[in-house]
Amino acid sequence: MLRLVQLELQKLWLNRVSRILIFISFILPFTVLILSSIKINFFNFFTLELGELGIFNFPIIWHITTFFASYFKFFFAIVVVSMIGNEYSNKTLKQNLIDGLSKKEFILSKFYTIVFFSLAATLLIGIATFVIGMYYSSYTEASIIFREIEFLLAYGVKLIGFFSLCLFFGMLVKRSAFALAFLVILYIVEWLVFWAAYYFTGTTDAAFKVKNFMPLESMYNLINQPIQRIAMTKFPEKNDLAYDYAVHWYEIAIVLGWTAIFVSLSYQLLKKRDL
Amino acid sequence: MTISQKPIILETILTINNLTKKFGRLTAVKDLSFTIHKGNVYGILGPNGSGKSTTLGIVLNVVNKTKGDFHWFDGNTTTHDALKQVGAIIERPNFYPYMTAEQNLKLVCRIKEVDKSKIDEKLDVVGLLDRKHHKFSSYSLGMKQRLAIASALLNDPEILILDEPTNGLDPQGIHQIRQIIKDIAASGTTILLASHLLDEVEKVCSHVVVLRKGEKLYSGRVDEMINSHGFFELKAEKHDELLKVLDVHSNIGKVKVEGELITAFLNEPMSASEFNKTMFEQGIFLSHLVKRKESLEEQFLQLTDKK
Repeated sequence: MLRLVQLELQKLWLNRVSRILIFISFILPFTVLILSSIKINFFNFFTLELGELGIFNFPIIWHITTFFASYFKFFFAIVVVSMIGNEYSNKTLKQNLIDGLSKKEFILSKFYTIVFFSLAATLLIGIATFVIGMYYSSYTEASIIFREIEFLLAYGVKLIGFFSLCLFFGMLVKRSAFALAFLVILYIVEWLVFWAAYYFTGTTDAAFKVKNFMPLESMYNLINQPIQRIAMTKFPEKNDLAYDYAVHWYEIAIVLGWTAIFVSLSYQLLKKRDL
Repeated sequence: MTISQKPIILETILTINNLTKKFGRLTAVKDLSFTIHKGNVYGILGPNGSGKSTTLGIVLNVVNKTKGDFHWFDGNTTTHDALKQVGAIIERPNFYPYMTAEQNLKLVCRIKEVDKSKIDEKLDVVGLLDRKHHKFSSYSLGMKQRLAIASALLNDPEILILDEPTNGLDPQGIHQIRQIIKDIAASGTTILLASHLLDEVEKVCSHVVVLRKGEKLYSGRVDEMINSHGFFELKAEKHDELLKVLDVHSNIGKVKVEGELITAFLNEPMSASEFNKTMFEQGIFLSHLVKRKESLEEQFLQLTDKK
């Protein structure tokens, strides 16, 4: 396993474009996180301090940082689709197999790398959140700090699931740009499924339940948007704001299920193909 | 103390049994069988589109077979593990353009699970040692092809497979590659060389498999490729008498006349001096006598024309 990860890391790290993209996908969320945590003074007119909104309080900070950090996954998604696309365009996939890598090892080396980066990203976000939280949070009792740490788990699973989807699209169309376009198509398809479900069931509730099983929606569901939750804390008397933002085990199970499907489909595709 | 004597057995490297590959309705390889033994230099010969590359693709794990089977060595290793003991280059050299030669070879070492210590040695063999820190994308085609050979040699392979190794190279590049192949062959490495260039195969190979439209026409030693004892090229002043003598001579089969020049094909083995003596006894003095064997090209054309 270590050999397969090393193999892929060498391919990625020596490529300047993917090195920059990896760098961005790690550094940018931190910069945003740190910038948003400092007090910004707009020429003495007013000061903006997001910390005052209470968003850096434990436990809500876990929810907020993981939600916003997950948008930076698109940078690494480009790396994932291009690491497949490049292997096809350079014909190095063929050469790798001839040199004695099995098709299974090829897919696994990509998947392990995805897991490796997802875990690294999760770990870094975890540490950064913890440090910022310790600095700003009004409550620092251990029981409160770690209360919603499952958002970190959800973040990791969300990344692994999303990158596995990118891996599959990369294998399917062999071209990086087309693979990214497929993400948009899938997004549209999921809404079509929603409308179809709405047509048959007649209620949006039921239709959303169907959509919840679709890949992109299930990943999004892992970490629901936290804006409404912030509003809830500001206006506790407004009951109609209440919604379910928790991380549920079945949400994680659906995404892990899709991950398994995407990785094995990628393998089946490669197995069937003549290169 | 007893010394156990090893029985001499012909070690097989690759066995192919009734291999068939169909691309839709097109049959690229049809019921192909042959065996490769250790220590020989094999050529796969055939015009473009005869199924050479497809056959190699199948045994190299990149093309799926439709029917039949093949196995490497004694058949107890999986194909991808066996390939770690094989060195192969196919059509075009495929490397990561953004890596240097050395980095590319390091990657191959990782895949083949061999030590990185041989990189410099193999780069030296192909004459690229002084360019090892240059990016692959900056190489000429000849250099790329030589790097591919270095890469294929990294694990000191049991067999080296080369698919059209001189394709697209300039004469100098062709010469360099051929010299490298000859050197490797001289060191005792088994080689399988696919080519449509007959003189390439003739110069290097001891055994040959001839393919046409995916079917095997011949497999065996190059010099036994056609059941032929060669032919005489003859000229004599007594042209017509010579023809008459040839007509009744038991050793001579077909006779071809092109102006002055008579070509007489042999049915039975016969040396030139023996023939000369017979003619002399018949009172015919030859002004021109050459005994020749068909070149591989002529043999090949005869073979592929037959069917």
